[in-house]
Amino acid sequence: MPKTLVTLRINGEVHEVAVPVHKTLLEVLREELNLTGTKHGCELGECGTCTVLVDGEPWLSCLALPVEVEGREITTVEGMADGGQPHPLQSTFTALGAAQCGYCTPGILLTAKALLDATPTPTRDQIAQALSGNLCRCTGYVKIFEAVELAAERMQKSQDTGAGIAAGGEGT
Amino acid sequence: MSNEFSVIGKPLPKVDGMGKCTGQTKFADDFNLPRMLHARLLRSVHAHARIRRIDTSRAERLPGVYAVLTGKDLPVKFGILPVSQDEETLAVDKVRFVGDPVAAVAAIDEETAERALEFIDIDYEPLPAIMSIKEALARDDVRIHDYGDGPNIHKMVSLEFGDVAEGFADAAHVREDMFFFEGSNHLPMEQHSAVASYEHDGKLTVWSSTQTPHYVHRALEQVLGHPASQIRVIATPVGGGFGGKTDPFSHEIAAARLSMITGRPVKITCTREEVFYIHRGRHPVLMWVKTGLARDGRITAMHFKTFLDGGAYGSYGVATTYYTGALQTTTYKIPRYKFEGLRVFTNKPPCGPKRGHGTPQPRYALECHLDKIAADLGIDPVELRRRNLVEPFSMTVNHLRITSCGLRECVDKVVDASGYHARRGRLPRGRGLGFAVSAYLCGAGLPIYWNDMPQSEVQIKVDRGGGVTVYSMAIDIGQGSDSVLVFTVAEVLGIEPADIKLVTADTDLTPIDLGSYSSRVTFMAGNAAIEAATKIRDMVFEATAEKLSIPAARLVARGRRVYDRENVARGLTWTDAIRAAEARVGTLAATGSYKAPKLSGPYKGSGVGPSPAYSYSASVVEVNCDPETGAVVVEKVWIAHDVGRAINPLLVEGQVEGSVYMALGEVLLEEQTFRRGVHKFPSMLEYKSPTTLETPEMHTFIVESIDPEGPFGAKEAGQGPLLPVIPAVANAVADALGVRIDEIPITPEKVLAALTDRRKGGPGRVGPRDVPTIQFKDPIRVAPPPGWERVPVP
Repeated sequence: MPKTLVTLRINGEVHEVAVPVHKTLLEVLREELNLTGTKHGCELGECGTCTVLVDGEPWLSCLALPVEVEGREITTVEGMADGGQPHPLQSTFTALGAAQCGYCTPGILLTAKALLDATPTPTRDQIAQALSGNLCRCTGYVKIFEAVELAAERMQKSQDTGAGIAAGGEGT
Repeated sequence: MSNEFSVIGKPLPKVDGMGKCTGQTKFADDFNLPRMLHARLLRSVHAHARIRRIDTSRAERLPGVYAVLTGKDLPVKFGILPVSQDEETLAVDKVRFVGDPVAAVAAIDEETAERALEFIDIDYEPLPAIMSIKEALARDDVRIHDYGDGPNIHKMVSLEFGDVAEGFADAAHVREDMFFFEGSNHLPMEQHSAVASYEHDGKLTVWSSTQTPHYVHRALEQVLGHPASQIRVIATPVGGGFGGKTDPFSHEIAAARLSMITGRPVKITCTREEVFYIHRGRHPVLMWVKTGLARDGRITAMHFKTFLDGGAYGSYGVATTYYTGALQTTTYKIPRYKFEGLRVFTNKPPCGPKRGHGTPQPRYALECHLDKIAADLGIDPVELRRRNLVEPFSMTVNHLRITSCGLRECVDKVVDASGYHARRGRLPRGRGLGFAVSAYLCGAGLPIYWNDMPQSEVQIKVDRGGGVTVYSMAIDIGQGSDSVLVFTVAEVLGIEPADIKLVTADTDLTPIDLGSYSSRVTFMAGNAAIEAATKIRDMVFEATAEKLSIPAARLVARGRRVYDRENVARGLTWTDAIRAAEARVGTLAATGSYKAPKLSGPYKGSGVGPSPAYSYSASVVEVNCDPETGAVVVEKVWIAHDVGRAINPLLVEGQVEGSVYMALGEVLLEEQTFRRGVHKFPSMLEYKSPTTLETPEMHTFIVESIDPEGPFGAKEAGQGPLLPVIPAVANAVADALGVRIDEIPITPEKVLAALTDRRKGGPGRVGPRDVPTIQFKDPIRVAPPPGWERVPVP
């Protein structure tokens, strides 16, 4: 099977990988790089479970080829935390029970991160629009909306006070 | 918030939440072992066919292929229920549905395995396929299986509690209705996956995304002929179950055998399309119900008939059949009750348990039927229910023991909050309100295979550093069983959840828990955990009492301290207390177990329905329907759930909201339907389920009835709240448009058809017009329990 050498920048690290040309970014992340935090749900680009960020934009990694994203910044769920400090979305999703089985959670977190990076104080409708391509079969989405709203609030507050993202904290 | 507890009742985060938010949680397909092979199953393309010949030689010669299996390699049959051992790992002589596994290939990678499947030559002799309930009952010349209660009848049930004819004779009003509920898939986000690793010393380990590691363990022993003591099953965190991962499956057994043959780890991860064919989802059920009532609206008798389309194999179907008739009596006082049910085999993917297991279909029928009766009698639908609601601590006519029951409070909550009485029937055309109630089990009273051992056991070990490890076979499928184990133990020992580590769902390391099904884990594993923790606490109290020279009865464990209730300053830190206990008694470990009390009634078939407690729910739904397009939009849902006690209100809300969501998918969108044996929409692209944009405003009310036998009074929350939402939507559509959709799902096409029917002078209804006229066998006649001797006088 013909392989090609691609250079991928993932979570700030550069990886050189020899991949069969037809392998998707999802397969390369999971199988070649053992970044199994990115999940597969439908294999068709419908469920959003495999979402990663490419230059800050949500991409369905099951429909992307590694060559398309060479030289661009890829973020997976493993790259969301700042060292030992979870991202505010990771803290609020945990605190509010927005992850039940947790399988769709990485894709939803990254989609929500892209939303908050572009729209720091989204309305509930904007959150619903942004996450409309991410299926979750457990939560009924209510706790997910609340967790995104709480993270937005905390990120705003920490920006206002200059305290940094680390002020996310735990609990409710 | 109550100060009675330090952990129970608090909205603490789930203990496994952060792992799931950082990508650290390892699901089955995330396992990559050294030298691991990948396997795929070849599945039948025929709905019903005899296998004349299978030739695997071309596939075996393909470079990179390590092993090929066919049915003759694993001929021992299996099945979840002892009475329905009708499944083969790979079909031996016959395939019974499109998707039935026929062969398995292990290869160096998934693509090679997939390609090898194309090189397997099968000579099929197609047989006539049965695709509906009516066909199954009409075609006794075609037999899908050679066992059952009749040609293509897997199970037939006929039970009569008291003299139903007498109850109908006493009725002032009698009504009959018919309903149909189309089946649906669980659609878990995670596809089924298993990894097997066989070592040359004879030890086999299987990691699987399963809700029931214990039953997988048993099936592997049975089919592989390998001793259970040499098999270790580890359930990996389940990425959504909803009942879809409660059977032992072909891919688990095939992965194990392939690993034994090759001496290498083998992984099988099913595709999304395969998940639709593996199925075990909601049974399509055709229903007929007749109810008699006194003039004041009190029920005098009910007769319920159900016809289940079981698909190609037994699965949980015998239990499902009983469940379609068992729980009607747990919400309403029904003094005379007759139930006739049958499950047929068809050449479709096997149905099984999906959230609510066999009860959402009859609950939908019953609650719509009661709304129609209310209209007949000119009684408000809520008032009609109130006149018939069961009482706490009572027996039903079919001998089910009801303990705590917060149903009346659930009704009040949703009716008041929604403004039901002021608004129903008075909203503009197209808008409507609907109401319904329901009940559900907190664990089946009896285990799946007969035995008199506990249904759940927990072991606890304390470390000298103060850490506590809890061992339990319970598997967290997202419902929060890990958190319930930690919170209950933390409460009893007076320590923090963070002090507790868990080892779960591992047949080598953990004592039994039968699995995450029938809403049993909180009640059963929770009680076992409390018993084990109480034994540890007792040992710690005795040692502390000795040290402090005070009676052990005066001690309290709280805030990581063990102290004198009468002099709070006098005490030991948790760590000092456990060290004193270990010095006194040795290894600080204890076990606890739970076995449900004997609850079955005095008749055959009474094993399905009894539960140590029932949860209760009520819901009001507000819809906005477009009479031009037939589209139904659910705008608001009010739901109240009697959970006994919320061990963690956040988790209970999450279960309730998730149940509402799943109900909305079933009532409006989802259907598992077939064209010539092939699934019409086996992908997430075409099989529509609700997204964030279909999410209504939800108002959740937790009702606490404090069950006397539940752990800290708790009951279930994972399944029950789904039940009332489906009929509440149907009743709301009737309020909005004046038409009745007596068939689930309620699609725009059906709404338009009902509106057209009414315009043409019809009743404005879409739904079944008849049910099979088959003669059920003579019922088992059961005398009602004391108190039900008389039917209410009209």
